[in-house]
Amino acid sequence: MPTRHLKDGVNVYQTAGKKCKFFKLFRSRASSGTQCLFLHLGIMTCVHLLLTLVFAVSLGTPVEVHRPRGVPLSKKPFYEENKPFTCLDGSKTILFDQVNDDYCDCKDGSDEPGTAACPNGKFHCTNAGYKPTFIPSSRINDGICDCCDTTDEYNSGAKCENTCKELGRKEREVLQKMAEITKEGFLLKQQLIEEAKKGRGEKQSKVTEMQDNKKQLEEKVEALRTVKETAEQPEREAKERHLKAWEEQKAAIRLVKDKAKMAEAFLELDDNADGLVSVSELQSHAELDSDTDGTLSEAEAKGLMGGVEQVDTATFESVWENIKDKYHSESQPEEPAPVETPVDEVKEPVVDNESEPYPEDISEEEDEDDDDDDEYHEEDEKAPPTMKTPEKSQEDEEAMPPYEADTQVLIEAAQKARDDFEEAEKALREMDDQIRNIEKELSFDFGPNAEFTYLYSQCYELSTSEYIYRLCPFNRVSQKPKFGGSETNLGTWGSWSGPENNKYLSMKYEHGTGCWQGPNRSTTVKLTCGKETMLTSTSEPSRCEYLMEFITPAVCQEPSNIDLSAHGHTEL
Amino acid sequence: MQMTAVVELCFVLLLFLLFVSAQAVDRSNFKTCDQSSFCKRQRELKPGQSPYRALLDTLELSDSRLTLQLINDNNKVRLLLELYRLQGNMTRVKINELKPIKPRYEVPDVLISDPITEALSVVSQDDNSLVLSLGGNEQRLIVSAQPFRLDIIEGPQVLMSLNSRGLLAFEHLRVRKDTISHKISSTVGSMWDSIKSVFSSNSESEETTGQQKEEQPTSEDGQIKEEEEEKPGMWEETFKSHSDSKPNGPSSISLDFSLPGVEHVYGIPEHADTLRLKSTENSDPYRLYNLDVFQYELHNPMALYGAVPVLISHSTERTMGIFWLNAAETWVDISSNSPDTVSSDAPQTNVRWVSESGIIDVFIMLGPKPADVFTQYASLTGTQSFPPLSALAYHQCRWNYNDQEDVKAVDQGFDEHDIPYDFIWLDIEHADGKRYFTWDPIKFPTPKDMLKGLMDKRRKLVAIVDPHIRVDSGYRIHNEIRSKNFYVKNKDGGDYEGWCWPGNSGYPDFTNPEMRAWWASMFAYDQYEGSMENQYIWNDMNEPSVFNGPEVTMHKDAVHGVWEHRDVHNLYGLYVQKATSEGLIQRSGGVERPFVLTRAFFAGSQRYGAVWTGDNAAEWGHLKISIPMCLSLGLVGISFCGADVGGFFKHPSAELLVRWYQAGAYQPFFRAHAHIDTPRREPWLFGPENTALIREAVRQRYALLPYWYQLFYNAHNTGQPVMRPLWVEYPAEVITFSIEDEYLIGKDLLVHPVTDEGATGVTAYLPGKGEVWYDVHSLQKHDGDQSLYIPVTMSSIPVFQRGGSIICRKERIRRSSSCMENDPYTLYVALNPQGFAEGELYIDDFHTFNYQKSKQFIHRRLSFSNNSLTSRNLAPDAQFSTESWIERIVVIGGSRPSSVSLISADGVESALEFEFSSNPAVLTVRKPSVSAAADWTVVLRREQFINVYKHLGVRKLGDFWVNYLFKRKDSDWSIFNEKRKLKSAM
Repeated sequence: MPTRHLKDGVNVYQTAGKKCKFFKLFRSRASSGTQCLFLHLGIMTCVHLLLTLVFAVSLGTPVEVHRPRGVPLSKKPFYEENKPFTCLDGSKTILFDQVNDDYCDCKDGSDEPGTAACPNGKFHCTNAGYKPTFIPSSRINDGICDCCDTTDEYNSGAKCENTCKELGRKEREVLQKMAEITKEGFLLKQQLIEEAKKGRGEKQSKVTEMQDNKKQLEEKVEALRTVKETAEQPEREAKERHLKAWEEQKAAIRLVKDKAKMAEAFLELDDNADGLVSVSELQSHAELDSDTDGTLSEAEAKGLMGGVEQVDTATFESVWENIKDKYHSESQPEEPAPVETPVDEVKEPVVDNESEPYPEDISEEEDEDDDDDDEYHEEDEKAPPTMKTPEKSQEDEEAMPPYEADTQVLIEAAQKARDDFEEAEKALREMDDQIRNIEKELSFDFGPNAEFTYLYSQCYELSTSEYIYRLCPFNRVSQKPKFGGSETNLGTWGSWSGPENNKYLSMKYEHGTGCWQGPNRSTTVKLTCGKETMLTSTSEPSRCEYLMEFITPAVCQEPSNIDLSAHGHTEL
Repeated sequence: MQMTAVVELCFVLLLFLLFVSAQAVDRSNFKTCDQSSFCKRQRELKPGQSPYRALLDTLELSDSRLTLQLINDNNKVRLLLELYRLQGNMTRVKINELKPIKPRYEVPDVLISDPITEALSVVSQDDNSLVLSLGGNEQRLIVSAQPFRLDIIEGPQVLMSLNSRGLLAFEHLRVRKDTISHKISSTVGSMWDSIKSVFSSNSESEETTGQQKEEQPTSEDGQIKEEEEEKPGMWEETFKSHSDSKPNGPSSISLDFSLPGVEHVYGIPEHADTLRLKSTENSDPYRLYNLDVFQYELHNPMALYGAVPVLISHSTERTMGIFWLNAAETWVDISSNSPDTVSSDAPQTNVRWVSESGIIDVFIMLGPKPADVFTQYASLTGTQSFPPLSALAYHQCRWNYNDQEDVKAVDQGFDEHDIPYDFIWLDIEHADGKRYFTWDPIKFPTPKDMLKGLMDKRRKLVAIVDPHIRVDSGYRIHNEIRSKNFYVKNKDGGDYEGWCWPGNSGYPDFTNPEMRAWWASMFAYDQYEGSMENQYIWNDMNEPSVFNGPEVTMHKDAVHGVWEHRDVHNLYGLYVQKATSEGLIQRSGGVERPFVLTRAFFAGSQRYGAVWTGDNAAEWGHLKISIPMCLSLGLVGISFCGADVGGFFKHPSAELLVRWYQAGAYQPFFRAHAHIDTPRREPWLFGPENTALIREAVRQRYALLPYWYQLFYNAHNTGQPVMRPLWVEYPAEVITFSIEDEYLIGKDLLVHPVTDEGATGVTAYLPGKGEVWYDVHSLQKHDGDQSLYIPVTMSSIPVFQRGGSIICRKERIRRSSSCMENDPYTLYVALNPQGFAEGELYIDDFHTFNYQKSKQFIHRRLSFSNNSLTSRNLAPDAQFSTESWIERIVVIGGSRPSSVSLISADGVESALEFEFSSNPAVLTVRKPSVSAAADWTVVLRREQFINVYKHLGVRKLGDFWVNYLFKRKDSDWSIFNEKRKLKSAM
């Protein structure tokens, strides 16, 4: 038998002595004559047993209260020496020798607390100097040191060292340190709560004050609106007059031009220069084809001619009406007609506000969202200018003449009224925004005592080898490559997501940038007590699901002195 | 994170360069038969008169080899037929060109040795035929001269015919006529010329060259020219944007086999298809061409990651096999004469093999029983490697465990949730920039600490090492391969490069034995920095996968030494695993058994480790198909097979994940794996109920590890598959021939996993007239030869133990299989109606070659008959000591004994305690406490019991308490103990 078994000789429970009594593995209630038969594994085993016996005797009685291996002190009364043992679930009663005999008799595993025989057994490590604990009995003698007092590995050959004292010391140190941090952190937290209270009061009164101001502003806006409307009425009338005059002028010019064109066309069509345009002469202009078969048939031409074979310059006028939209001058056959169409449209000078492609509120919004580099958004914003350019190029030489001086005066007056009005309206909007922002802030759940208020509108960064992570509590989480590249949204504020007993131990940020074939990115922020406020780590445990650790005094619990002494209790 | 960026980059590449659709396989990335010019050419040939004629006067017969020339009457090209009779009831048929203008590839390294031949003799001969004796059983081989065909007969019965449909076609090598000068001046051509000159100076005499000259003019009728030039794709072929330069021109081969009386054929993996092969008359043929198929489709003859060109036929009369030893792209057409076709009333299956290059080299395995075919095939290509026990336990994998802390946390998670596992796996992200053999310095800065941490828990790790090597002058592995000139070459002679995970990559030429030796040496602990003895290896992407190559693999005109990639393609993956596995053996000085997982494989890959079914998906259909896919592999020698538990792509529902664990726990290779883009799915992330269900499934696996281990030992020694279709054990029960939703593990456990969503029951077929099966959970008895409806809940895994078997379990489930090494056994003795049962127990050190080198093992036969259970030594010359003992014997299906006693090797008898329940009839014998290594007998005595029953009050029995027990009919332990308490109190 390997000597490794020697050191494990301390079987704290001793039964009335037969020579193989310590070796629980093969104990049986069978007569003593058969007992060693069961130890049939051979002489090795018996040598081991003898050595074990000697070792145990030489050590003397252990200090601990006698109880079967693996049984906690609290359960000791159920394991009465030399009396039949009833499984703790009451399912069965067995001889006491069958307790810890390395065979599972009880369904609840209670007969084998010190061996691995039962699939559901629990082994108790006393762990003097540290915390007592239960381990699954499958970890007994599996070659892995689980209990710091080494008691789980009494027969496996595993070289375990008793580390309980060291662990206890380390734990006390940690607890001590934690206690200090908690203490200081908790003080800070009190301040935070105070500040938050104060800040909240201030904000509330500010909102009230702003509400009053807002009212005044609204009145001012209304007043200015009236002024503006009053000034715009004469302006509109003057403009309309001007426009009408221009329209008439344009119509006259167009008429003259049309006549000239008609004359030109007549000359062109009159191929034989006989002063008459005939059907056949008209047929040379295939573009006048009405049934779109590509040719101008004689019947079609005649139709255009008003049913006659030929027309003179006077009667051509009615023919011209029929053909002028389609007619291509032979001298400039390439020039398409559309140039003329815009002439019919009323060309507004670009002074009017309504045609302004960038309403102010939009551009403001964009300013606010400056860090949001949503690319689609940008593209949308850039689109209108390119569409606007062709309009400009369509302006022809027939630009509207400038307004007369008295109209100009009216316009300027109206413009001033408009400007005043807009300025006031803008101020009102800004005021509204401010109120909304403060109200929004006030609506956040900043913790039971508003201790998280101070995190609002702050951002915390953590730099890793490749990225800079940025947490803006109650707002958003992002990741930016250190060496170029755009920022990725790892989620915007969702909710508190801690455990039921304290939801304020973790924050959830959701709906970040989507992942390829995966979910949208999201981040969980775990909060722990600290003297400072900082981001301490980030990771991506699952694809696109990030985890951050964040320390803040705001989660520090009131230190309790009981904590430390409670641990002291367990040391025996 | 960094990972995110790199992976996204990779996927963007994948997505845009290769896979237009991200949803499922993009079939257009892979060739159909019509798009593969040789397949198209060959498939255009219709059955009919074969142009081949055997020239019987060229017959040469030595003791074990017969040769004969065949002539193609259309083009006068001569072939050489070689016939061998092989030991173990096999026939080998080789056909090559008699005088090829350059050598044709013959697959090396797949056969474990030159097969042992047996004497062939001519029984009779006439003008048109030749009858050869194949030894006993009246087996004859008939060679018919015109048209050429071979028939193997036994007595009056034809077992198999070759070229009976006249589809033998051999595209002889030829010189390209139109651009002859161009061809000769090309690099490859001149290389071939030099090889050819070496070859001819060695083996060809003047006479033969003379003959060649003589023959060519005789074929001036123009037919050669017509045939050579007419068909498209002979000298160049394009697929999508890739072109194949085909410097050697057409070289494909084809042969047909007819199997009279056969309706069921199996094998030729790997396909995501039914166990029983389908007729391909209305579809593409089954394709064998190792490919990295993204999100593969089910029930499709498309090629997948591996190829084993072995087809097994089975009928109630006979089981046979055809092993087509060719590593080039191969297509297999299957058709059958069902009774409605005019030709004949007897069923017949026709199989036609077509390969792109090489020679015809076929092994015909004549059975007659399934076990004989497995033995025959194992004698050719070897058996399953015997894995370390831990490799048969549970494996936890994910692409990717992010860093050392993650590995530690997952390891801890298994302990916290009390779920055993043996291996945790690291995918490609663990390496520094996908430079295999290295570690990411930020995520895995101290790999040895990590490995040591796992070792302290008696657990192990697998890291991936793929065969694509990042082209990077700062990477030692690349520099060495380049400087040693070990890379595969492109058609122009430079190093072949392609895109894979690391970006631009080179591909080591694993067909080169020097390269393999060097590769193996890289696994030495001083070469592979950060590696330790509890680290094992996974070879992925070894088809090889080339993201920007044709069909996501290597160009066929790439060059391996003197051969084209075309010739060796299906063999590449085998070589990668072979070299890696040899590396692992060498690093331990030949002591430790290796464990290497591979995705690509070929015939013979069973010798080097495990395979898995590649990148499946979290879908019920993929769970279902895992059974026929692994069964097909088992039939052709590869027993160590599994599918990614949970499905690789996509996110499984909790129900699917649980069902997959339950199924995976009863498949040979048991590994959970997940794609990097899926949410985490460690077993405890689906709520406590599902955690408990998964824990239970994994624990059932660990309890049965002794049985799995013994079966793998058996597979290693005999070539019998571990996971078997029912028909293998019940070859006469036709109803079993198409069953693929249940199977046998060994011959004693029948498993019918639940593979349907929301299932409330399954219908299992229990085979064997007159046999009985016991539900392993309830121990209820069911008769064989019936379909049994079994209601199921989420915790059900329908498994049955065969009446007549003894299965050894270890019922103390611990953290890992290593922790359970010395634990005691419980024997489950399931009696057949005759009251008989037998089984085996195999024990060794579970991880070294000592079982082989120094016979350090225990192998015992356990048999139960005449009411005694005996453990007998099956290997008296072997020696091993174990601390394991027998803690419990459970006898199922017997009657109540009056006493149970143990008789030890020295004849001493002692009573054993026991309990008995009558419904179901289960006798549990408490603590025999004998060493698992010892001889012993446990006797159940019934006579005395009858005595007791007859004469109540008779005291004189083996033990003083027994009478108390047996006065009561329904006594149980508690009553017994009450009595005993009373007794001891007295």
